[in-house]
Amino acid sequence: MRELTYRDALNEAIAEEMVRDPNVFLMGEEVGYYQGAYKVTRGLIEKFGPERVIDTPIAESGFAGVGVGAAMTGLRPIIEFMTWNFSFVAIDQIINSAAKMLQMSAGQFKIPIVFRGPNATARQVGSQHSHSVDAVYANFPGLYVVYPSTARDAKGLLKMAIRDDNPVVFLEGETLYGQKGEVPDADADEVIEFGKARIAREGKDVTVVTWGRPYVGVLEVAHELEAEGISCEVIDPRTLRPLDHGTIIESVKKTNRCVVVHEHWPYGGPGAEIVDRVQREAFDHLDSPVLRATNLDVPMPYAVGLENEVIVSKDRIKQTILKSLYKS
Amino acid sequence: MAKIVGLPKLSPTMEEGTLAKWVKKEGDALAVDDLVAEVETDKATMEWRALDKGVLLKILVPEGTTLKPDQPVAIIGNAGEDISALVAQASGGASAPSDAGPAAAPESGSRAPVSGPASGSGSPAPVSGSGSGPGPGSASGSPAPESGRVAASPLVRKLARENDIDLRTVTGTGPHGRIIKRDLDGAEHGTASKAAAAAPKSSATFAFSGGASGSFERLEPVRQPVSQMRKVIARRLTESKQTVPHFYLTIDVDAQPLLDARAVINTQLEESGVKISVNDLIVKACAIALRRVPECNASFMGTELLFHQVVDISVAVAVPDGLLTPVVRDADKKGVAAISAEIKELAGRAKNKKLKPEEMQNGTFSISNLGMFGIENFSAVINPPEGAILAVGTVRDEPIVKDGAIVAGKRMRMTLSCDHRVVDGAVGAKYLAALKKILEAPISMIV
Repeated sequence: MRELTYRDALNEAIAEEMVRDPNVFLMGEEVGYYQGAYKVTRGLIEKFGPERVIDTPIAESGFAGVGVGAAMTGLRPIIEFMTWNFSFVAIDQIINSAAKMLQMSAGQFKIPIVFRGPNATARQVGSQHSHSVDAVYANFPGLYVVYPSTARDAKGLLKMAIRDDNPVVFLEGETLYGQKGEVPDADADEVIEFGKARIAREGKDVTVVTWGRPYVGVLEVAHELEAEGISCEVIDPRTLRPLDHGTIIESVKKTNRCVVVHEHWPYGGPGAEIVDRVQREAFDHLDSPVLRATNLDVPMPYAVGLENEVIVSKDRIKQTILKSLYKS
Repeated sequence: MAKIVGLPKLSPTMEEGTLAKWVKKEGDALAVDDLVAEVETDKATMEWRALDKGVLLKILVPEGTTLKPDQPVAIIGNAGEDISALVAQASGGASAPSDAGPAAAPESGSRAPVSGPASGSGSPAPVSGSGSGPGPGSASGSPAPESGRVAASPLVRKLARENDIDLRTVTGTGPHGRIIKRDLDGAEHGTASKAAAAAPKSSATFAFSGGASGSFERLEPVRQPVSQMRKVIARRLTESKQTVPHFYLTIDVDAQPLLDARAVINTQLEESGVKISVNDLIVKACAIALRRVPECNASFMGTELLFHQVVDISVAVAVPDGLLTPVVRDADKKGVAAISAEIKELAGRAKNKKLKPEEMQNGTFSISNLGMFGIENFSAVINPPEGAILAVGTVRDEPIVKDGAIVAGKRMRMTLSCDHRVVDGAVGAKYLAALKKILEAPISMIV
């Protein structure tokens, strides 16, 4: 084990898979000579050459569509969006082409493609550049939606995404790139299966389900609450599609309480989906209503003071957990 | 032709009733005057008897439902009739009873665990606390509608089912009084709540056994639904104290002659097995005094005064969860033995809630006697529209002056509460003087 940043763990995953399979290639804006807008693809063009690390024009719909076509021919493209906010101009390729091709071609065309890039607010980039798109893409059957919270998961899940024969929406926490964490050695070749939640912290009083950017804040709050005698069990689903609700339900049966914490808006989406499954499948085990801590339901403001209010904060996480424990 | 039958109005004052028990089942044939169901009204459990013959085709409301008169409760018709349209019509209209509280719906999920322990533990109906043999039609089994729904988390409901915990005995500390898991800690360990579930409610309610652990933990009050009777008591007595201008007159009488008379009468009645009480004699004496001071046998009715030509004495009877006032009609004309037997019989049925409303209505004067509890003197609340109520205290041993010497004597104090709108101070005083005269010379009752 060694310590790596989330960013470098992703870089290793891409590099290892490109070595392993010559059909894997990378395409996107500034992924080559600029070394990636967020430096995830640093050093790859030197290692694999411009045929496999392709700088594209600023034309998301175009290169996303090229990627889908390449996947239909048997290649395994990794399409980087500079941020997921820009995927909206390519959404027809992701949803109508990538996600539907296998079904519409009666199984003739697999689409082994990974769409990846930074997700959620990057702090003070304004309302158009602060989207967390988990809810959008998780709504469509035909796509896997993966959102790692740690460096280790980032690497293991990206390797899985590249090897899988289906289109994967791979969301990276923009503010998580610099987070360090333990990652197995390169020769360990750890691949993390989709649909397996990870219990990040064991506890007995309340189950907190979280992923992506708020993950770090939740663990800090759990640590603070421990000093107050409150034991939080933190579960990271790791993939929102497929969702490992079994692990969540088992935990809720133990703790009798559940709080879902995520960064994006509360209306619809994976948080509501998790609440729905918990109330149905653990109904007799609930001692309090299932609660959510999310961003506020407004377009993201630019002003930092306002932005701080909107983004799900440690304080909101803590207050929501206390409320589920009838302590606030 | 099948028709929807509404809840019958079984007493003039019935504003709502609780369907306590279905005696007939769906499909049962009904003959005229057959007992269909028992309905708990303000004060009594009433029999609802069939007016026509037919078949009870459909029961629309479960036992324990509280409704207003004429709200649909059943469909009665001929065997085999198609009643689907009527059922639909009734269920459409069934939203009407919703103001009777959420318990109007058959909340089996919440009700089942609650009533489970009562029957399981073999103790009679812990709800109302009427531990003294509630009859089958007793109100005890059906919680009052407003509080029939217990707010509890799903986990708590499951635990209550599994552990036979009566949730009505548990105090919720969650939002809006919701019972949450931590509230069951005591219950699960078989302390306060478990005991409450096993013992009749009345004792558990006021027992401080929960604190027997020796700790100084602050215990929450035990919450109990308000019964129909309690509602009536609350409404009528509040109305009385707020609208009737009470004033009070107290008099002290020599009780020795009364005790002597009682002894003589009981000796003579010994062979018949009848035994009269001091109270029986007081009822008779009050009735005769009312004949002599008829201005006191009166009611204020807003636009007119009623001076009653009959003497009907309401006698307050304590029952396990409240009090009732059965009426001894024409007490002035009845003999003491007859009055005694009647009071015994009425009180017995009052305790079993088997009095009919008309047996508790239209008294002209009330007597409340707390002498058996050693109460020396007290002031009673008038039972409107009656004009006065006599509060009788205990017979005391006291030194009295007789013929210039101090001797041991028996004294009894009584306080008359009068409605000043119809009974003035002098009238009340005159009445008490007349009563004192009779009590101190009981033989004058035969005059």
